[in-house]
Amino acid sequence: MTTTHSHGAEHRDTHHGRPTLAVWKFASCDGCQLTLLNCEDELIPLAREVEIAYFPEATRAVVEGPYDVSLVEGSVTTPEEIERIQHVRAVSRRLITIGACATAGGIQALRNFGDVAEFRSIVYAHPEYLSTLSRSTPISAHVTVDFELRGCPINKHQLLEVLAASIQGRKPRVPTHSVCVECKRRGNVCVTVAHGTPCLGPVTQAGCGALCPSFDRGCYGCYGPQDTPNTVSIATRLSELGMSEPEVLRIFRTFNAASEPFRRESERHEPDPQQASRGEEVPG
Amino acid sequence: MSHKLTDGGQVMHVGTLSRVEGEGAMHIEYRDGVVTDVQLRIYEPPRFYEAFLRGRSFTEPPDITARICGICPVAYQMSSCWAIEDACRIEVTEEIRLMRRLLYCGEWIESHALHIFLLHAPDFLGYDGAIEMAADHPQVVERGLRMKKAGNDLMDTVGGRSVHPVNVRVGGFYRMPTRLELRALRSRLERARDEAIETVRLVAGFDFPDMEQPYEYLSLRAEQGYPIESGSVVTSSGGAFAVRDFTKHIQEFHVAHSNALHARLDGSPDPYVVGPLARYSLNSDRLSPVARDAAREAGLGPMCRNPFRSIIVRAVELVEAYTEALRIIDAWTDSASPSVPVPPRAGEGFGASEAPRGTLFHRYVLDDAGIIRDAQIVPPTSQNQPSVEADLRTMVEAWSDLDDHALLHRCEQAIRNYDPCISCATHFLDLTVDRT
Repeated sequence: MTTTHSHGAEHRDTHHGRPTLAVWKFASCDGCQLTLLNCEDELIPLAREVEIAYFPEATRAVVEGPYDVSLVEGSVTTPEEIERIQHVRAVSRRLITIGACATAGGIQALRNFGDVAEFRSIVYAHPEYLSTLSRSTPISAHVTVDFELRGCPINKHQLLEVLAASIQGRKPRVPTHSVCVECKRRGNVCVTVAHGTPCLGPVTQAGCGALCPSFDRGCYGCYGPQDTPNTVSIATRLSELGMSEPEVLRIFRTFNAASEPFRRESERHEPDPQQASRGEEVPG
Repeated sequence: MSHKLTDGGQVMHVGTLSRVEGEGAMHIEYRDGVVTDVQLRIYEPPRFYEAFLRGRSFTEPPDITARICGICPVAYQMSSCWAIEDACRIEVTEEIRLMRRLLYCGEWIESHALHIFLLHAPDFLGYDGAIEMAADHPQVVERGLRMKKAGNDLMDTVGGRSVHPVNVRVGGFYRMPTRLELRALRSRLERARDEAIETVRLVAGFDFPDMEQPYEYLSLRAEQGYPIESGSVVTSSGGAFAVRDFTKHIQEFHVAHSNALHARLDGSPDPYVVGPLARYSLNSDRLSPVARDAAREAGLGPMCRNPFRSIIVRAVELVEAYTEALRIIDAWTDSASPSVPVPPRAGEGFGASEAPRGTLFHRYVLDDAGIIRDAQIVPPTSQNQPSVEADLRTMVEAWSDLDDHALLHRCEQAIRNYDPCISCATHFLDLTVDRT
């Protein structure tokens, strides 16, 4: 893989021929980029294979772009970020979003469902930018994304697979089936069937290793919707298991609230139908 | 970046602070050796947690507030659980408190090892970052990563994963880890504890600028042991109050240059400090013998007032966290219930715990159905912002003879002394953002 880059402000050797990696942060908790630093056994070998060219959380050194691979954490929530993501795209050969914020707007997309009257008064006060500040949007609403890695937080084995695939120029092996498949593989007894515990596993994408059911807890959907989620059916089951309408609304409205299938399902449980469609994604 | 102003003053500016968690900048103006302006600018976008917690169920804050910070999610989970249990007038069992403490030890280990080896040590050893440092000091970096991994393994076992653990609930845990699962961690933790003692020696040998700051210290103090998952509040001037009273003593206020609220103690204009220095200085008598010996050998007195030496205190706290984790694991039997029932109840509740960076307060107001009507979160970095700025002011004036590059570097280092977590600090409630 050939790379072109100029040398940055800090003194640092660059090794031509090694692909360059940049890590960018938008509105987020830092947990997904921390996952890269949590690859304790793999970090030093990884740094031999790729040049970590821009990663402010880990190093002062900056190698100027363009970069072969950019990992982007966080969602777009400010006018400055709308401009910055364009820059990131322009200097990145492959742009990979990491985590629920970058991929679906994150927990901060709960503002997308905020009180209409309250938001309207804000919009009238500063219409030039508050229309965008009033929403948290995923990176894909603004620029072309080459791959979206799910999870709140991402799984480190999946992260390493996506990085390896990017360097090797192949498609990452990241399954899009449901958490249920992971439970079967782990040999977990189904928490819903055996204990009547409400669980979003059937509509949630795998990747965590079926963690919650392994801890006697129902899945709460932090990896977002799987490929073909039947949210209507699972919502009916959740009601049968005793969840109230507001509870069903809330379980779909957490870390992937603005992802299309979860947004639609949560809005079906709004007490006031007029309030539906408020959380629809509006690119900045 | 550093440049001269036309009127003879100078500006020092770092647009993106590196090796800190979150997005911040530093801006200092000085003239004739006197600092005229100093700002730790926090431009991390606000995420409005306290706004959208309103209307959520009382069972949700451990999962939701964990997402404030990927580095210290357990701190948010613990402080929120204590606060909600306080509002519901429920006390958890001693076993649940101990399991919370064990999980929290994992977070201290992961966070402190990250900060010591990957974020802070490169300053003292003269590198841009740990990966660059690894070329010359492979054993140091490998040891740091191994020590960090022991903390993450502990969090994986107790919490399910180290970033945003899934096993914490209001009232306790979903499932208690078994004695067998816990004992499997023993050899890794023992090795890491020994390496932590070595680490105290290593960092005690670093070169520390002379600087003593007179700040008020604030930390929790527990009935027994070093304060981690719980306690009541004490200060270095002899103040002591219950966590329930923290809003009577700590006021938050908004300054124009920061998206994070600052905090004041008892109306004083002087900064107060939370975090390892405060915790150690107010609780060094509570350290386990092995951690106390390590501190003494490193030349730490009962109190530490040099912010640069916070790296030694973090290393001592690592020794304490491994030692405490081993103690809890060794005494663990499989007899405890994972949780106690917490029926909702209308009321106000307060909770606090010692996040790696210092005291983290939560307050919730619930209605009788357990729906959150009000939420307030006071994270450590908000409380430390004024002292970070005061340190920068002191340093620039004391070391004006240093060349610009050296001074700038030392200022960045001074910010890292606090291990600021900017993602945590930025959460303010006001939904109108005025950028004019």
